[in-house]
Amino acid sequence: MSGVFHIVVCAGTVPDPLQTLEPIESPAGPALKNEMLLPAILDPWAAHALYEAANLAAYHPGSRVWLASLGPKAKLQQVMMTIAQKVSFELLAVDGSASGFADAHSTAEILAAAISALPGLDRSRLLLFGGWESASRGAGVTLQLIGGRLGILDQFQGVDQITTLADGSLEILERIEGGRHQVSICAGPPAVLGWATGNLPEPRNNPQIGMANMRTIMPALQKAKPAPPAQPGLEYRSASPPKQQRHTRIVKDLAAEEVAREIADWIIKS
Amino acid sequence: MNSAAPESTTAVERQQMLVDIACVGFGPAMGGFLTTLSRNSLHPDGSPRFESPASPGAPLQVICYERADGLGFGVSGAVTRARAIRASFPDLDPAQIPMATKVKKEELVYLLDPIGASRRSLALRTADKFIRTFRKLLPFRDHAVKLPYIPGFLAKHDGLVMSLGQFNQWVGEQLAASGQVQIWPSSPVSAPLIENDAVVGVRLADQGTDLHGSPQDGFMPGMDVHALLTVAGDGPVGAVGRAIDAHFGVPDSSHAREWALGMKMVIELGEDCSLEPGTVIHTFGYPEPEIFGFLYVHPNRLASVGLFIPSWFRSPVRTAYRYLQHLVLHPYFWRHLEGGTLKSWGAKSVQESGRHGEPFLAGNGYARIGEGSGSTNVLAGSGVDEAWSTGVDLGEAVLELLERKRAFTRENLQSAYIRRRRASLFDQESRVAANSRNGFHFGLLPGLFGMALAGYTGGRVAFPSQHRQHAPASLEDVYGVRIPSPELQRMKEDAIARGVPLHDQIMTRCGWPEIPFDGKLLISQQDALLMGGSVQAQPGYANHVLFVRPQVCLNCEPQLCVEMCSGQAITRGENGVPNFDREKCIFCGACLWNCLAETGSEPGNVDFRAGSGGLHSALN
Repeated sequence: MSGVFHIVVCAGTVPDPLQTLEPIESPAGPALKNEMLLPAILDPWAAHALYEAANLAAYHPGSRVWLASLGPKAKLQQVMMTIAQKVSFELLAVDGSASGFADAHSTAEILAAAISALPGLDRSRLLLFGGWESASRGAGVTLQLIGGRLGILDQFQGVDQITTLADGSLEILERIEGGRHQVSICAGPPAVLGWATGNLPEPRNNPQIGMANMRTIMPALQKAKPAPPAQPGLEYRSASPPKQQRHTRIVKDLAAEEVAREIADWIIKS
Repeated sequence: MNSAAPESTTAVERQQMLVDIACVGFGPAMGGFLTTLSRNSLHPDGSPRFESPASPGAPLQVICYERADGLGFGVSGAVTRARAIRASFPDLDPAQIPMATKVKKEELVYLLDPIGASRRSLALRTADKFIRTFRKLLPFRDHAVKLPYIPGFLAKHDGLVMSLGQFNQWVGEQLAASGQVQIWPSSPVSAPLIENDAVVGVRLADQGTDLHGSPQDGFMPGMDVHALLTVAGDGPVGAVGRAIDAHFGVPDSSHAREWALGMKMVIELGEDCSLEPGTVIHTFGYPEPEIFGFLYVHPNRLASVGLFIPSWFRSPVRTAYRYLQHLVLHPYFWRHLEGGTLKSWGAKSVQESGRHGEPFLAGNGYARIGEGSGSTNVLAGSGVDEAWSTGVDLGEAVLELLERKRAFTRENLQSAYIRRRRASLFDQESRVAANSRNGFHFGLLPGLFGMALAGYTGGRVAFPSQHRQHAPASLEDVYGVRIPSPELQRMKEDAIARGVPLHDQIMTRCGWPEIPFDGKLLISQQDALLMGGSVQAQPGYANHVLFVRPQVCLNCEPQLCVEMCSGQAITRGENGVPNFDREKCIFCGACLWNCLAETGSEPGNVDFRAGSGGLHSALN
């Protein structure tokens, strides 16, 4: 099995970033207005992790890639239509809530249990991938918590590159301040890698990959187990979207210098 | 084998794939087709009913490619009688579909001009004067008269108000969950593959190119997907349907001359708005007599408001966006919409020739369904349900041919598909509707008279009996009375010099007030692209709008492609040839049918190809 990786990419779904998000208070706690109406995408940070996983697997024949996701089955299905043509993977789906205002510990517990139960998973060769950050409303700690629950001690965050060395160890570049990287050598799997953007472009749509993926993805979606209800006691004090400053004013025949001055003043005031 | 794809001139090795049925475009028609097919593809014990002829041993391989980035990003009509849809889903509960509800209240309203800027004929001005004089005796309020009666052929009393985007999304979810078909958004199809007078599949668009289609880093030639049956449901401006027409021709009687641009906003109504979900208001008479409008109320204080700019609107000032804003501001609408917020926006071309625009519905290896197959009922102003019905007809036909192990030949599809379609209620209704709009080429009142005549005589009598096509008039013809010729000339020169459309300055000069932007509902067209349409263009695809013969554009004035571009993606270019910015294009296709070259002996000068991107709003 040396040289073979079992890579599990943890990835949430998030609303298409082009949509306007409005936090609201729902009977079940904070939520997004009309969230089920909004188109969803794979969390962009986790998507990078998925592309890196597929790339790594391609260089190590016999490796397997799973995409583990907790979210509403309908949204997962929608996202699979766009992501499954990109790279080859198997889906591990858990049918859960949409809001993203989820407790990271609960999410980690559910996903760790699902990953542990994956048939054919060799935990000695496990690389747990995910996004270093998240476009969801999560606290950004879920990946670390899953790793902890799976007993994985070697954890790396802000990863931009992974290279397998001749002795089977892994050279990992983590992003640090000043545009530089910290280089670490890890003896090998198991390890947790929270990816930054990596170096790979988004793969093109490949219909053959899509067709092959869907043969396993749809049964996995059909078999997705419902996540247990959230633990009581979690309370959000408030939720608000990132503030978008917008001020439109129609003017005619204004000199460029005046426009520039006005914009500069506006930025300073904002 | 050849392909009508623009990439075909480049000799590249393409990946090949073989499926049983390749479908192009996911809209209501494809929804009806795939729903019918997938529901009947399994035995009761769950085993496949049909073995794949293309991949023996495997179940039927059905794949559908949709150009848009999501299944819910379509824009179209939002009120439908839903007869065919309900036949497919007898237990349909509208509450299952976001933004859907039953029609509860329907009004047909004539809007008078509260500003005095619209172009009204003498007859209409007289009628308006009569209405205003006797307004106390009429159901008149807010410069509008509610008609006491809606003809049965127009009414949608028993129907549904829907967001077509959400409906498509909902249907797509059912289909994907069935596991019987695969649907792939963000997958533009550039052309059909044609071999020995048969369609043998489709070619996907090249990826990893520059704007001119030249290979760049990560170039991936579009795959050739071979199929025993290709189903073209890519709408009236779709690249595959038009390429099939170009190759095989169209019936002698077919002419897709009538079009309209439908543009709409989805508005979150103010807290104190009293409109009830299920309210439907149809309007005519304003902002111009030729323009029809609508307001549909969805659940959760959302409403769709929009209009149709028809091709018989002869004015070259064809801006749908500014007219839509004036419609929103009409007192009859504004009393409901004031305080609202724009949530979504979009536009699409509607093929309004109906039955007259019907191409060959099937041939060797292919079938046409939906709006591009001439299914729209132009009398009822209804297209969604009719499109769905054509898909169901084809679905049943394909099941029959699979059951009998018959090939998808022209003859077999003729007997299985076209026979079903001709026997359908919708086909009979389309015969009634065929000539119902002929009168609009002579004005609003003759048009309404013609519709009533066709509707009440079951299509036996039409006024006038023959269709007459009028080209868009010149600026001088339409505005020469209001604007002196030298001033009109100066405005044209100014628009050319500034590279902007003419419509704004002409409308303002004719008395249309400036729009009082409020940053919420009344916003600039460019803001609508961002805030309402969330328009996006995926990198790595070529431009999909090309001006074939630049010299034709040099002498074209006014440039209707510029005037009517829904996203202001086409702008005046240096030396007279328009510029195209694909990052603003919403794929409405208005440039295609507004190209003035199309009205002459030459074919249109706009090549509207398969492209990626467009709207990213699922509320439309």
